[in-house]
Amino acid sequence: MKHFGTLFAFALLVSTGFVPSSTHGENATLNPLLATLKEVGPEGEGNAEAAAAWEKITEEGAPAIIPILEAMSGSGPLTRNWMRSAVEAIFEKETNAGTAIDAAALENFFSNREHDARARDLAYDLLTKLNADEAAALIPSMLDDPSPPLRRLAVGQLITRGKSELAAEKKDASFATLNEALSAARDIKQINEIAKLLREKLEQKVDLPKHFGFLSHWHLIAPFDNTGKEGFDTAFPPEKEIDLDATYEGKDSKEVTWQEYATADDYGMVNFNTPFSPLKEVTGYAYTDYESDEERDAELRLGCKNAWKIWLNGELIFGRDEYHRGARIDQYILPVKLKKGSNALLVKACQNEQEQTWTVEWQFQLRICDSTGTAILATNRKPTPEPEVKARRRGGAAEEKK
Amino acid sequence: MNLSYLSFGLLALTVSVSVVKADWLNFRGPQGSGYAATIANTPVEVGEEQLAWKAPLPGRGLGSAILVEEKVFITAASGPDQQQLHILCFNAADGAPLWERRFWATGRTMTNNKTCVAAPTPASDGERIYALYSSNDLICVDLEGNLKWMRGLTLDYPNASNSLGMASSLIISENTLIAQIENDSESFAAGFDLADGTNKWKMDRPKAANWTSPTLLQIGDEEVVALQSSKGILGLLPATGSSVFNYEKGAATIPSGAASGDQLFAPSNGLTAITATTNGDAPTELWNESAQRPGTASPIVIGDKVYTINTAGVLSCADRKTGERLWRGRLKGPFSASPVAGGNGLIYVVSETGVLQVIDPSSEEENKVTSEYELGETILGTPSLDDGAIYVRSDGHLWKFGS
Repeated sequence: MKHFGTLFAFALLVSTGFVPSSTHGENATLNPLLATLKEVGPEGEGNAEAAAAWEKITEEGAPAIIPILEAMSGSGPLTRNWMRSAVEAIFEKETNAGTAIDAAALENFFSNREHDARARDLAYDLLTKLNADEAAALIPSMLDDPSPPLRRLAVGQLITRGKSELAAEKKDASFATLNEALSAARDIKQINEIAKLLREKLEQKVDLPKHFGFLSHWHLIAPFDNTGKEGFDTAFPPEKEIDLDATYEGKDSKEVTWQEYATADDYGMVNFNTPFSPLKEVTGYAYTDYESDEERDAELRLGCKNAWKIWLNGELIFGRDEYHRGARIDQYILPVKLKKGSNALLVKACQNEQEQTWTVEWQFQLRICDSTGTAILATNRKPTPEPEVKARRRGGAAEEKK
Repeated sequence: MNLSYLSFGLLALTVSVSVVKADWLNFRGPQGSGYAATIANTPVEVGEEQLAWKAPLPGRGLGSAILVEEKVFITAASGPDQQQLHILCFNAADGAPLWERRFWATGRTMTNNKTCVAAPTPASDGERIYALYSSNDLICVDLEGNLKWMRGLTLDYPNASNSLGMASSLIISENTLIAQIENDSESFAAGFDLADGTNKWKMDRPKAANWTSPTLLQIGDEEVVALQSSKGILGLLPATGSSVFNYEKGAATIPSGAASGDQLFAPSNGLTAITATTNGDAPTELWNESAQRPGTASPIVIGDKVYTINTAGVLSCADRKTGERLWRGRLKGPFSASPVAGGNGLIYVVSETGVLQVIDPSSEEENKVTSEYELGETILGTPSLDDGAIYVRSDGHLWKFGS
């Protein structure tokens, strides 16, 4: 359904000489300029040329808005910002001058989910500036939108409705509304809010680790040494081979072996302190096998306040030697390519020497998602453990959560 | 428009014909040190009557406003994870918004809840605005908001970030934009070409979190940028990054030093006064006073006095030559913002609880706070000065006070 009238849009097309988006590919003036923006590179490469192109692009006025938005597809983060600022500079100048903006063309662009998600966010933002009420009418259609910020708006409306239904003691209706919201939600705060309502007000069981896509089942081995933070760059045996039956020499010449570990934590926290007790100046590893039903792009999303490294199928993806500056869900987002079948994930977590109470944590959380934050569940995913059972020694008895 | 506002406008017009405009171009103004001798007239009082205007801001921020000609520039960050970066321009005369540019953060936006992504103060060379964010996005626009260049420093240097947030502000010297991107992992400082943002120089820095900002020393005919860290203070030639002095006795990582000529009053082992040369010699230590340890707020030097505010909110005045404490008095704290002062010597401080206070150090009274005003919001950002005016920002608003 079109909310920004097509007749009005047609009038604008005539009056402003607006170039329909379908002709963008033939735009001899804009295309080379937009191509220049796409050539900005690392360490300031291409900035001077981009600045000159940006100025010319903005001189094109309102007809350039849709072609610029279209050009965001496939662009890198810097280029998208060059393009965004050009769109907004044009929009600001034209609206200040009282020039009509083709809202229908913007809505058409927004409605096509094949366009770049950020570009669609921007188009929606411009629509809101043109007519907030008309733009708000589009929100319910965004519940399954590939753009997380747009989807967030629609989920927000459902949360509000679910709360109203709860307040009116319409529990069945609220149950349905909040479950619909949970299925759609990708925003962490929204997910937490919905889960809290479902659990506390409607007594529903919510499998948050599964919703988020946290990896709950691991094999852990520790402690290796990290005296003087040297462990971060030391390749201990798990970096050279994965042999879950092996025994190695760990810190202080003590034998270390792999242990099975499962976490029931809502946010998938893998806590080395649980099986190994709180230790200092140590290194631990966590390994899991993740089976994918296809080769595909994915994101490893890690939260960790210890120094860490992560490998996928033997390839070092990233590492960071920062200790105890804070952690959160999705703190680090690492694009990867999953293989079809078995994928070996190895996480290294180093604990330092600090003794303050806020430096006890030796842990991480990892989930696998697509770029929208939608969980990609392994085909060999095991059921989320019950909260009372937190760790299990390989071949041994279950351990209680500390 | 009310009469007091109109009166203020007429007064400002009258004053403007006789006063040379002095811009406030970066964090803590001239030399990045809080004191602007050339801004002769700053408000004697702050209150409803002196409130020229109050403008809403679209997102969080604690970087100061900067002033170029008749425009005020400020940054902010909005959205669920502060991933939307703003540069805003206001008309200094009436607070009217002139333009806004927004960008998507390309680096990490995680910070401690107290700070935020728009923590660093932007800088200007009088022709362009250079804005840095905790996400390590570095953006240059001209005074009309035309984008001139952008760097995603975390794209270039992927481990350059601090999960608590980055906060060091920019400074410009010798046609070079200088930034301290210092943290526990990929820690560096760099000088950027003003024209296109490319690196003029880049150097490794101590791998340790650091929120201090560079200050400028004037040593003979040369400007020297002082980079403070837990290891000490490194003096560099701005255009090349060549080292000219190194003070190795350690320094604070939150409050920055205050420069005055070739002297630096550094938060080091309390407060230490040093004087530096450009010949490679270690700086000469003039004095050290362990009792005058600044809290979060940086010290300020005005004439022959140096002032510090400690973690208890006590303002101390010391003799610049000896470090001897002359007097002290408790303010309404606590403070994250640093003090600033203009040529009339009045000191402006604003507490975290939003109490803007004017201090007259020449007052014979024990309580030297001569005026105060409750802004009603949390204030972490350092005020900025202009002729006849003071600017203060919160997460939600930008205030201009003028008399």
